[in-house]
Amino acid sequence: MSDRLAPTRTAEFEARLKKRYAAERRFKMAGLGAILFSVGVLAFLLVTMGFNGIGGFQRAEMNVPIDFTQAGLSGDPAVLAQPDAVQTLEAQGLPSIVDFYAEQKLGAEGAAHISASAWRLVADRIIDDPAILRGTATFSLPASAKLAAGLNGEGSPEMRALATSLAQQGKLETKLDLGFLERADATDPQQVGIWGALKGSMLTMIVTLLMAFPIGVMAALYLEEYAAKNRWTDLIEVSINNLAAVPSIIFGLLGLAVFLWIFPNMRSAPLIGGMTLALMTMPVIVISGRNAIKAVPPSIRDGALAVGASPVQVVFHHVLPLALPGILTGTIIGMARALGETAPLLMIGMRAFVATPPQDFTSPATVLPVQIFLWSDEIDRGFVERTSAAIIVLLVFLLLMNGLAIYLRNRFEKKW
Amino acid sequence: MVTVVHPNLEDTNAKMSARDVSVFYGDKKAIDDVSIDIPTKYVTAFIGPSGCGKSTFLRTLNRMNDTIPSARVEGEITLDGEDIYRSKMDVVQLRARVGMVFQKPNPFPKSIYDNVAYGPKIHGLVGSKSEIDEVVEKSLRRAGLWMEVKDRLEDSGTALSGGQQQRLCIARAIAVDPEVILMDEPCSALDPIATAKIEELIDELSGRYAIVIVTHSMQQAARVSQRTAFFHLGKMVEYGRTSDIFTNPLEKRTQDYITGRYG
Repeated sequence: MSDRLAPTRTAEFEARLKKRYAAERRFKMAGLGAILFSVGVLAFLLVTMGFNGIGGFQRAEMNVPIDFTQAGLSGDPAVLAQPDAVQTLEAQGLPSIVDFYAEQKLGAEGAAHISASAWRLVADRIIDDPAILRGTATFSLPASAKLAAGLNGEGSPEMRALATSLAQQGKLETKLDLGFLERADATDPQQVGIWGALKGSMLTMIVTLLMAFPIGVMAALYLEEYAAKNRWTDLIEVSINNLAAVPSIIFGLLGLAVFLWIFPNMRSAPLIGGMTLALMTMPVIVISGRNAIKAVPPSIRDGALAVGASPVQVVFHHVLPLALPGILTGTIIGMARALGETAPLLMIGMRAFVATPPQDFTSPATVLPVQIFLWSDEIDRGFVERTSAAIIVLLVFLLLMNGLAIYLRNRFEKKW
Repeated sequence: MVTVVHPNLEDTNAKMSARDVSVFYGDKKAIDDVSIDIPTKYVTAFIGPSGCGKSTFLRTLNRMNDTIPSARVEGEITLDGEDIYRSKMDVVQLRARVGMVFQKPNPFPKSIYDNVAYGPKIHGLVGSKSEIDEVVEKSLRRAGLWMEVKDRLEDSGTALSGGQQQRLCIARAIAVDPEVILMDEPCSALDPIATAKIEELIDELSGRYAIVIVTHSMQQAARVSQRTAFFHLGKMVEYGRTSDIFTNPLEKRTQDYITGRYG
């Protein structure tokens, strides 16, 4: 046996080795800690929002049976088919009929806290199905915001007492309110719905996608495949990178100054909102698109050129299909950012109170994040839960969009 | 100065001819005054040490250098007497007539079938499905790949082994029925068995096409080619029958290279 030890067999080396492993363990633990912290924060967010949000999908309602045979409403289907049927029913005294039966069932105190516009729900049911006029029908009518707050243990002591007594008699209860997904904004938290804002968001996103995606992809393709590399393209590249970093409110001002100047009658319209957001999304698509196109191996281009493909064929048969997953990823990041954007839309008037869902791309609309912002500003307590519910709707919409993007990306992904 | 030695080669017809060709990358001269005749129905090998310009010169023959913005070609290169740089010959048409196989196998990330059918399809050489099937089978047979892949034509071309991928690329090149095939070190990324198969294939194809092969293996040049050109520092030093170059070179530098003094 030799008396010389290799340097990797000495005690010093072993001590150093231990230190190296310890450092590795520390690093691993730090990473794990970071992940656990993020997961914890995310879980906290989801749980609080879930708890608050569940309340947003419910509302306090009271059951009122109405005997239409005694009400004296003319049930002529021809009249009810008219567009002004609601007004006709109002003129025939439907509001007081509803009040009368509510008083019978709930007593004067309870009836006073039926939501003021409850008769409209009854009118809608009648117009949908005139046959109910021939008998007795029971309606679940929303309570007033005050009574609903009382049921939640908030508001004045008298209201809480009234709510408790009505609830004990089984006349007031909290019911699942799927109508929240079908209605639009309102002043009464018992009457609000998210559909107006959701539809506004969808229409706006469609405009954004239709504008930003083709223009962004074409710009990326031109810059990567055709443009000569000179000072001008450098300038364009720097400008695009800077555009991606411009604060969104500035794009809003641009939309206000340019788009609303061109289309002065389209304030608050999804078309204008979508165009403004498209300006914001385009640089993101161009940058990610260029990176995806750059990542296509040159050997594929060479192979296609060598069998005699023209430059356009190289792009459309080979480069674009291979770059598409990357382009889609970038697009979805840009779209997700646009979906959550509030500031630029405030500038072009999408913060207006819009009580009917938008009919098309040019009618006034609001979008989900703006709706959340507006509701969170309301004094009425009933809006707190509605706001959480709206946030849940926004997040679900975002998740669906991301899910679609991941699906598309996996479908187009090719391995080489 | 260097004199390009052209032994008597008038027994062959020139398919492609280069006259005083120089290639520049920016200000750097990569190819200096090369003149050469590429014969039909023979295999011509370009040999030389790394960086001698043999690949650069090969890429001028089907204008693949066009994709490099700083590259500039001077002189005249003709295909059947037509100047490929200055005549009306379209570059797409040129590349359909002068095919190319690259150093690293580069099948498209598509099916084996689509890889071979791509060229004929874009040039509109085939119409019906059965015609395409026929071209695909014929090309794969000529590339010696048919028996191995006929049951899995829909598999991705990238799922094949390296040697099979390279033969697929050869099948892709011959599917458009070119007149000349350029091969840029086609075996450098392959193992010896795959290399042997490719060399065998080159031998079979040589009766049909004019083949130009760049190789850094002198043994390979000696095995597969009938003509050899030796390149050094951007110049063509010597060109002649392969047997002459390897047994009886006229230039001292050629002699030094093939005996392993440098390279």
